Amino acid sequence: MAGEASVAVERDADIVTARQKGRELAAMTGFSSTDQTMIALAISEIARNIIAYAQRGTVTLCQLQDGGRRGVQIIARDEGPGIPDIELAMRDGYSTGKSLGVGLPGAKRVMDEFELISSPGRGTTITMRKWLR
Amino acid sequence: MAVPVLKQGDLLIASIQAALSDADLVELRDALADRVGRFRSRGVIVDVTALDVLDSFATRTLRSIAYTTKLRGASTVVVGIQPDVAFAMVQLGLGLDGIATALDLEDGIAYIASVTERGGRRGG
Repeated sequence: MAGEASVAVERDADIVTARQKGRELAAMTGFSSTDQTMIALAISEIARNIIAYAQRGTVTLCQLQDGGRRGVQIIARDEGPGIPDIELAMRDGYSTGKSLGVGLPGAKRVMDEFELISSPGRGTTITMRKWLR
Repeated sequence: MAVPVLKQGDLLIASIQAALSDADLVELRDALADRVGRFRSRGVIVDVTALDVLDSFATRTLRSIAYTTKLRGASTVVVGIQPDVAFAMVQLGLGLDGIATALDLEDGIAYIASVTERGGRRGG
């Protein structure tokens, strides 16, 4: 895998860094500028989730190659309190008050694959992928 | 202050130059609420042409700016949302319901002129 980057997310300015790195990687992979913007937006939302609920974590970005397919993968990992009810967190408009409640379901909508693993007390890992077509 | 705010007549123009952190956005909101009173401004234009992403926090803060300045007696218009940015916002489910938008600075200035004329001094 060619491009890979990891961004420590601890302050709100790190959200900007994470999404800019994501845009660069998406551009390098060959995504259109519209797709680059959607990938950057999805990264912004999951990185903000880290700051809002876990205070700190990391966003790791890499390129994917699967047979003839190319894409990008973004993993957001934290060791925060975890999400007690994932189904509820993924519902449009649901928020515990720290956000608009569109972040996670919105990010899922603009990516091709979205996986959320979380357990109370053990943190949250979100893996999302988008493939070039 | 990350965003320069120009005063032109009874207009305030916030011209965003580069990507903003959440803290920068909040600072802009507070600065505009303060300056609308200090300069007795009737209109606020927030130019987001330079922004390559408007996420949920930025969208919420723009709404907050528009509502705050309205309560302070001024109208706000957001100008310059780029096509890719608009498309991504729609896909994600973000919007600026009830907030005036215009294509660019020129149209934004025309919009403020039209609403302040109609509403009268500090009306509307």
